[in-house]
Amino acid sequence: MADETRATATPSAEPSTGGDRPDRGERRPPRPGGPGGREGGPGGRKYFRRKKVCKFCVEKIEAINYKDVRLLAQFVAESGKIVPRRLTGVCTPHQRRLSSAIKQARNIALLPFAGRAS
Amino acid sequence: MNRTYELMFIVRPDMAEEDQDKLISTLQSAVTSSGGTVKTVEKWGKRRLAYTVRKFHDGIYILLIVEGGGGLIHELERRLRVTEPVIKFLTVRVDEEQKRLDKIKAIRDARRKAAAPAAPAEAAAGEAPAVTA
Repeated sequence: MADETRATATPSAEPSTGGDRPDRGERRPPRPGGPGGREGGPGGRKYFRRKKVCKFCVEKIEAINYKDVRLLAQFVAESGKIVPRRLTGVCTPHQRRLSSAIKQARNIALLPFAGRAS
Repeated sequence: MNRTYELMFIVRPDMAEEDQDKLISTLQSAVTSSGGTVKTVEKWGKRRLAYTVRKFHDGIYILLIVEGGGGLIHELERRLRVTEPVIKFLTVRVDEEQKRLDKIKAIRDARRKAAAPAAPAEAAAGEAPAVTA
């Protein structure tokens, strides 16, 4: 619940730049969580997972380096694809930094472009 | 003139230790001759590559952190391109990122120090940039 107080402080600071698409990672009180979860079904996961919080915000990890493969590999699927943030719950600025770090790691052969991470 | 770069390159796995050191010292002299400084040299050793590069499955990773101007990296990359054992390299500029991290750390430390006699205006001013960053 301490996160709630911080979340309410920020909307006043940023106008609506992040609001054209409903941020599924943020906690939006008016959004119905019940019908959203039920309709998608456990396999489909069509609606946002409201309980997910951004791992980087919680643990206050600021530097996402392309070199720590273990951290990056958590956000990469089996096929090597970058997992979308609605599944991992990462917030937008961290997802952007994470994906550039993953792309850099792919370039230097620390992560694969496609296929299992060896 | 104080741009910091991280240069990581991969060398073929069958390269001898002394050849690696020779290559590193060549690069170091190139750095100092163009007026830069080498901050760190890290050798990660042999690692399995995530995909095949020039028919190699393993490679020796070497990391160089240098400080200097933009032309320095141009020169270093040119050298790496012609060096036959080097199979891949990647340069990342890190001084902007480092500035951002230092700023966040400074704000966090200032906030922690002002935590006890928390002047509410100061705490709020310190909070807003830290959250939006």
